[in-house]
Amino acid sequence: MAQVSLNNVRKVYPNGFEAVKPASFRIEDGEFVVLVGPSGCGKSTMLRMIAGLEDISDGALTIGDRVVNDLDPADRDIAMVFQNYALYPHMTVAKNIGYGLKNRKIPADQIAAKVQDAATMLNLTDYLDRKPSQLSGGQRQRVAMGRAIVRDPSLFLFDEPLSNLDAKLRNQMRIEIKALQRRLGVTSVYVTHDQVEAMTMADRIIVMNAGRIEQIGTPAEVYHSPASTFVASFMGAPPMNLLTGRAEAGRVRVGNIMLHQHHEDRDLTVGIRPEDIIPDTHGHLEVEVTLIEELGAHRLLHGQMQGHPLTIHVGKDHPVETGHIRAAIKPNAVSLFDPTSGVRL
Amino acid sequence: MSVSKRFRWSAVLDHSILIIGSLIMILPVVMLLQMASTTDIHTMKNGPGLIFGDQLPVNFEKAMFKADGFTGANTGVRMLYNSMILGFGFAIGKIVIGMMAAYAIVYFRLRFATLAFWVIFTTLLLPLEVRILPSYEIVQRLGMLNTYQGLIIPLIASATATFFFRQFFRSIPEELVEAARIDGAGPIKFFVDILVPLSQTMIAAMFIIMFVYGWNQYLWPTMITTEEGMFTLVRGIKQITQTLEGTNLPEYGRSNLLAIIAILPPVLIVIFFQSWFVKGLTESDK
Repeated sequence: MAQVSLNNVRKVYPNGFEAVKPASFRIEDGEFVVLVGPSGCGKSTMLRMIAGLEDISDGALTIGDRVVNDLDPADRDIAMVFQNYALYPHMTVAKNIGYGLKNRKIPADQIAAKVQDAATMLNLTDYLDRKPSQLSGGQRQRVAMGRAIVRDPSLFLFDEPLSNLDAKLRNQMRIEIKALQRRLGVTSVYVTHDQVEAMTMADRIIVMNAGRIEQIGTPAEVYHSPASTFVASFMGAPPMNLLTGRAEAGRVRVGNIMLHQHHEDRDLTVGIRPEDIIPDTHGHLEVEVTLIEELGAHRLLHGQMQGHPLTIHVGKDHPVETGHIRAAIKPNAVSLFDPTSGVRL
Repeated sequence: MSVSKRFRWSAVLDHSILIIGSLIMILPVVMLLQMASTTDIHTMKNGPGLIFGDQLPVNFEKAMFKADGFTGANTGVRMLYNSMILGFGFAIGKIVIGMMAAYAIVYFRLRFATLAFWVIFTTLLLPLEVRILPSYEIVQRLGMLNTYQGLIIPLIASATATFFFRQFFRSIPEELVEAARIDGAGPIKFFVDILVPLSQTMIAAMFIIMFVYGWNQYLWPTMITTEEGMFTLVRGIKQITQTLEGTNLPEYGRSNLLAIIAILPPVLIVIFFQSWFVKGLTESDK
């Protein structure tokens, strides 16, 4: 178990590209932190710096009470699960799981016992003598997990571990990983580009974009109070509606619709979550619905309001018909951003 | 669905070409066998033919145990043994050196690694024949004439093996290296525990090529070995036909049987490793 803290950690490649701009944050003991962002945002580089697979250009990385900048990955007391599992193809499942222990000169009988424990925990006991090529994707992922937990590390690192699995298996493994992490109480850093994984698994989410941390917060904070238009549009499917608005005489307006928000006079970007707009015959939003997406449990109405594209999330009882509807915004559901910098106001 | 096996002239043509081709390929071997089974006089009179004789055991006896020259050391058995050592030493040595060179080039951040690789690669343009005099001088000064070391070591560096292993190592996913680093495997452990087992198929392929290459060496053993006990099969067969020029009857049966024996080990190696090769290809996945 350990805390991890980054102090102005930065990554610059020899060609001058700054993959990670100076980042500082702290991960508490036993916390599950998810790094999320689009491809190329620096989240994997960040994880690889924590793992020691990538040199840290600047700043200090502390795991537990040691600064580990210059330690080899093997000496950082970490375990990592890779996207492509990275199992050793020529070794059996048991040997794959036990390889790290063998390299640490742990006696064979102890290795066998620990491998057995890990396999039991992951329902792999029937597969210990198989080679990775004889396993399904989900089982391979479990073996990769087993390799991590058998070492009893103070920090788990996950690099998009579920992105090679099909959707159903991904949901199942997501829950398993989360439950396992809860049970073992090991501090974990998890990298993904999938915002659903981020939302469901994280204690805290770190949203990254273009090498910079956009926001650090609990899933609820990140979802309901995004720190920037980037976070607003990245987290949530469908994303937050972002409308061009203006505050005049203290009131926020989108086109000629007055909202309940107040702000000093200026141009604004107004953000409203699709589920915070509710169809209401007395509502003061007038929406022209042009397309309806049926999702079973609910429906998504896509349309236009005052020339802005708008998505509304409605229940399954809402009639499936396009055309003109009126809607209202739930109270306190509006986020305001600076239109040029995108920063929340 | 009906599987119609229509008679097609094109199929007949294809097969005829293949059959004629294989006959042409196999005919010299059949002739070798034929001449090895008749008396030398018969061969002298009739030349190669298709009538087999009953002299195979006699010729075999001569081929394996008869020696020429002064020492009587160059029996067929001895030459076979020498050729084996050369073939295996060659193949194993080239694979070990080639793998280690490729490992250094691919996995370590060396300055000028790429340059080093291309320098190694260009040595393909400098075959043994080009450098045979300096090589001979070095071996002679090191006192390695008429030794197995002298036969093997000067030819052991292999640009071909280095190149193939480099290409293979580059196809191994980076994540595997990283997983091994996190698992605490140092450079030597990674090489022995992971890279070598993963390279099985490549090693098998290299072994076939290098064994046959070493086995068939002619010029170098001729230069390096003057003692009859060090002769390899390939050069020994030549020696037999040479010593028997003049008024004596050439020992056709003996030399042809030796030629057959010389063909066998490379063929067996190919057959043996081929099954391995296929097995490795179908079972492994990354």
